[in-house]
Parts: sequence; C-alpha cells; structure tokens
Amino acid sequence: MKKKHNLLHSEGTSSFFSAIMAIAVGLLFGLVILLISNYKYAFPALITIIKGGFTDGTTGMGQVLYMATPMILTGLSVGFAFKTGLFNIGASGQFTSGAFVAVYIGIKWTFLPPSIHWIVALLGAILAGALWGMVPGILKALANVNEVIASIMMNYIGIYLVNMLIVKTIYDPLKNQTLPIAKSAVIPRGGLDKMFGVNNMNIGIFIAIVVVVIIYIILNKTTFGYELKACGLSPDASKYAGINDKRNIILSMVIAGALAGLGGGLLYLSGSGKYMQVLDILAPEGFNGISVALLGMSNPIGILFAGLFIAHIKVGGYNIQLFNYSTEIIDIIIAVIIYCGAFALMFKNLIYKLTRRNKMEKEEER
Amino acid sequence: MDILYFIVQQTMFFAIPLLIVALGGMFSERSGVINIALEGIMVMGGFTSIFFIHIMQGTISGQLLLILAILVAGLTGGLFSLFHAFASINLKADQTISGTALNMFAPAFAIFTTRMIQTVQQIQFTDTFFISKVPVLGDIPVIGPLLFRNCYITTYIGIGIAIVAEIVINHTRFGLRLRACGEHPQAADSVGVNVYKIRYAGVIISGVLAGIGGLVFVVPTSTNFNATVAGYGFLALAVLIFGQWRTKRIIFAAFFFGIMKTFASAYSGIPFLKGLPISNEVYKMIPYIATLIVLTISSKSSQAPRAEGIPYDKGSR
Repeated sequence: MKKKHNLLHSEGTSSFFSAIMAIAVGLLFGLVILLISNYKYAFPALITIIKGGFTDGTTGMGQVLYMATPMILTGLSVGFAFKTGLFNIGASGQFTSGAFVAVYIGIKWTFLPPSIHWIVALLGAILAGALWGMVPGILKALANVNEVIASIMMNYIGIYLVNMLIVKTIYDPLKNQTLPIAKSAVIPRGGLDKMFGVNNMNIGIFIAIVVVVIIYIILNKTTFGYELKACGLSPDASKYAGINDKRNIILSMVIAGALAGLGGGLLYLSGSGKYMQVLDILAPEGFNGISVALLGMSNPIGILFAGLFIAHIKVGGYNIQLFNYSTEIIDIIIAVIIYCGAFALMFKNLIYKLTRRNKMEKEEER
Repeated sequence: MDILYFIVQQTMFFAIPLLIVALGGMFSERSGVINIALEGIMVMGGFTSIFFIHIMQGTISGQLLLILAILVAGLTGGLFSLFHAFASINLKADQTISGTALNMFAPAFAIFTTRMIQTVQQIQFTDTFFISKVPVLGDIPVIGPLLFRNCYITTYIGIGIAIVAEIVINHTRFGLRLRACGEHPQAADSVGVNVYKIRYAGVIISGVLAGIGGLVFVVPTSTNFNATVAGYGFLALAVLIFGQWRTKRIIFAAFFFGIMKTFASAYSGIPFLKGLPISNEVYKMIPYIATLIVLTISSKSSQAPRAEGIPYDKGSR
C-alpha cells in the first residue's frame, strides 16, 4: 500500500502523466489544423503522424534513431545547463563548431590509424563545443555577462567563423559544401545500416544513450552534480554553503557545450550524403535542443525519450506529404506540446487532488 | 559626405527594427516577464502584415497601405503575445517554455498556412513604400540627405516609438507601476496595483511592438517574406540586455549594433574598408564580437529588473 502511494505521488509519475496529456492536446490541435486545411485526409494523416517511424517498418525506425541522435545531445546540452540555472541558447553555435572540427579532422587527419580516426574526430568535436560553451561561461562567471546574450553572440560568431574556415580549408566550391570525409572517419555502422536499411545509420545512437547515462549519473549520483543543481536552485544558498559558484558556472557551460559539439560531430560523421553547407543560417539542431530539453523536463532520461518522440513524429511528418500536407504541421504540434508543458503545474495539482480523494475514500470505507 | 549619408541611411534599416522590438521587450521584462518569444512574435507580425500587403496591393498602395499593414502587424503581435502572457502570468510556468513554443510555432504556422494557400512558401510583395526624398525636409542641407532621403516611413515611426516609450516608462503613472511590478511585485500589490493586469499590459505592449518590428524588418530588406526574420528577435533580446533595460541605453545599443551591421554588410561601398585584405566573414563577425567586448567591460553591475522571470504568487512572501 505504501509503495503504491509513493509511486502515484512521485515526481516522475506526475511528470509522465502531464507529458502524455500535453502530447494528446498537441495531436488534437494538429488534427484541428489538418481538418481546417483539408478535411478529407485529416484522419489518415493524423494516424500516419502517430505511427511515425513505425510506418515503414525497420527503415522508419532506423530513421527515427538516426534523426534523434543529434537532438538528444543538444537537448542534453540545454537541459544540463538548465539544471545549473543557465539558459544555454547557444547550443546551435556549439553544435556547429563541433561539427566543423569533426569534419576537418575527418578530412585532413588521414595520417591517423583508421581504427581511431573517427574517435579522434569525435573528441575534436567535443573539445570545440566545450570551448564554444566555455566563452559564455567564463564571461558570466567573471564579468557578469548575461549568458543568454553571450550565447546568442557566440552562435553568430560560430556560424561565420566556421563558414570562413570551411572555405579556407575543406571547401568544395562546385557544390558550396565541405569535401567528403575519409572513410576511416565515418562512425562505424556496426551492421545497423543493414539491419534497419538506412544508409546513414551508425552506432551514434548508442553513443548518445551512453552519454545520457553518464549525464544522469553525474547529475544524480555525484557531489559535483549536486553542487551544480544547488547552484541552479538557489545561487545564494549554495554560495553560503561554500560551493564555488563561478567554477560551477564555467564547468556547466563547458559540459553543455561539449554535449552539443558531440551532437554536431555525430551528425556530420555519419558519411554518405551528409555535408556541411556554407550558409548564413544558425543550425536548427541547437534550437530543437531547447524543445527536447523542455519536453524532457531537463531530466536526462526524459530527454532521451523526448528526442526519440520528436524524431518519431518528424518521420511521420515526412510521410504525410503523401496526403499533400506540408511537414511544418509537425513543428506546430511540437510547439503546442511544449506550450502545454506550461500546464504541468496544473496537471500535477489535479493528479495530486484525484489521488488524495481516492485515498480518503478508501480510508472512509475502512 | 556621400559615404556618411549612405552609412546613416543603411544603419537605419538595421537599427530601427532592433530598436522597436527591444523597446517592446523592455516593457515586458520591466513588468517582470522575460520574453524570449520576440523572434516568434516578429515572424507572426511579419507574416500577417505581409500577407495583408500581398492581398491589398492591387487596391491601395504607398504609405497608406504600409500604415494599415503596421496596424495589422501590431494587432497580430499583441494577440499572439497573449499566449505567452497567459502561460507565464496565469499558469506561473517557466517563462522559457511558452517563449520557445511561440518561437517554434510562428514560422511553422506561417509556412504551413502559406503553402496551403499558394503552394510556394514565399509571400511576394511590391515595395511601393520607398521614399527617395521627403518633400521640403529632404532639401535641408546636411540633415536632409542624412535623415530624409532614401528612407521608409517606418524610420520615423521607430523614432516616435522610442520617444513615446521613454515618456511612458519613466514619466507616467502606468510606467511607474510597471517598473514596480518588475522590481518588487509584492510591494506594488500592497498599495493596490493589480500585478497581473500590469504584467499583461507589459507583455501585450511587447507583442504589439515586436509584431510591428517584424514588418519593419522585412519591408526595407526584401521583396518577399519567407517565414523568417533572420534571428532579429534574438538580437533584439541581446540589444535589450546590452541596453540594460533602459530606454536611452537601448537606443544607443540598437544604433551601435546597426552601425556595426552596416559596416559588415556594406563595407565594399566604403573605400577605406574595401582596400583592406580582410575576408567578408570577418566583417560579418565584427558586430557580435564588438558587442561581446562592450558587454564584458560594462556588465559588472547588471540592472536587470529584480523580479524578472519570477511568476507572481499572491500567497508567497
């Protein structure tokens, strides 16, 4: 009896229920939009969206895993910084700089033994992302610069710097994109490409899952993680308790940046058909990360599922083009789902009231 | 002299939308609500107003059409911002949630709707709003070519908004109450100010101005609307923080950024810069690097509203 009571009241359960409610509302809203724009195919289209990655069997599922990988990492990046009370809007720039260094190493450092080439490239991506995240961290800790504005500036500096470096070093002028990376720099496929029938599929998703676990352990099982969360919840109290908040701000941003950078590396080292373009556009993966982090409530495990879910309905979004709907409907649905996250507090209170009433009724029966 | 005129005219195109949107953000944030939805609201305002121009340009044209479009943009922005207000004021939710949702919703909605109506996602419009010379004023020596030639009416509207914003926030009863709600809502409440209402007003004003800013950004820089304002909403947020949430400093920050942007995009038209062996991308980076440096020097004492980002709960102490 007592165990059940704890389960119903636990943070995780109510978060899960409010997430499900939010998703239901989001899909309902999507249905309304589909009905308004073309009522004939609205229901089959909605079912296609919900089926998402499962529509095309293993190919679709592979596609979901492939798409989810970078989003999970940028989501972790934003979520990790959230835990420390920092808003890392700069995942985009960190992602781009990580991607560039990975691709650069992937093209130029062919002197490395093939077996470790891709690993070195990924490490490069992590370092570049960490460096890009460190700048706003240091500015925040030492000069009190608002991390939001510093991250926004670093996003733009990142995209222009990367464009310049691509053109100077690893440019294919005919296609306005980077040269292809060496075969040894492509992340091993581990047979997943054949298993799922998706060309780009590789062990990246497993790397992402391992990172999720590592971040979970850091946040929940270590003193360092505890200090970070304490800084996020109450900077003054943690300072009073002797926690070095400046060091923690910098480290938090460094780790957040490293995560986003790794995401960039994982995406652009997947080989066939994935090249960095020279465009003045911020990487959307970084901003998707904010959505993933919010949907996953900044919890690493939540972020993993949020990333998979968003990738899942995005694949569904590609499939509804069959019915002549535009894929943007998915972003509309995701936006509504995130917005419903604002109701989480209300949902939680509702669940709390309902469960309490049940309990009281039972006690009365007794 | 011609170069100076050119730089000033160009600066206006970059600085005015930033100024309008950042001032909008100021009203929201000084009332205590962080508004990172500025980008999304700009897109929404740009979308409806450009669509309005697209439909109406057969019947009316010129400044009247532009002014009507500005009203449409402001109305859209104001309505759209209500979602942010509801989530962050009534639901007391984390204010990044609704901000992110709105930012994501706006471009998706704009593209989806446009595609459903006309298959192409860009909305074309004809620019009948360009003023090559304002009558009489354009003939004044120095000031004429500096401020009254090769311009849009939006420049003056932007400057007008800045003046009104300064007066409203610093010299009216409403402004005082708004600031009180952002600094110490409990104190404001204790003397009978309705914190929720004032915060709603702050967010709606920011929505109206951001909506207008969306249109003001698109008109001088393009002849079609492609569901984007190129990150100007986030830049406006940066200008707002750079400007330390104060009108005069925001004006300075917007123009500082505008001038930097002008050098970045038009350096090839400026002889002494054209000769330098510096790549295009470096010029593009300069505005952002310069902002970071200025911030590093000037941020030691942040003047952010104290209660910013904290939902107001009557029961809390």
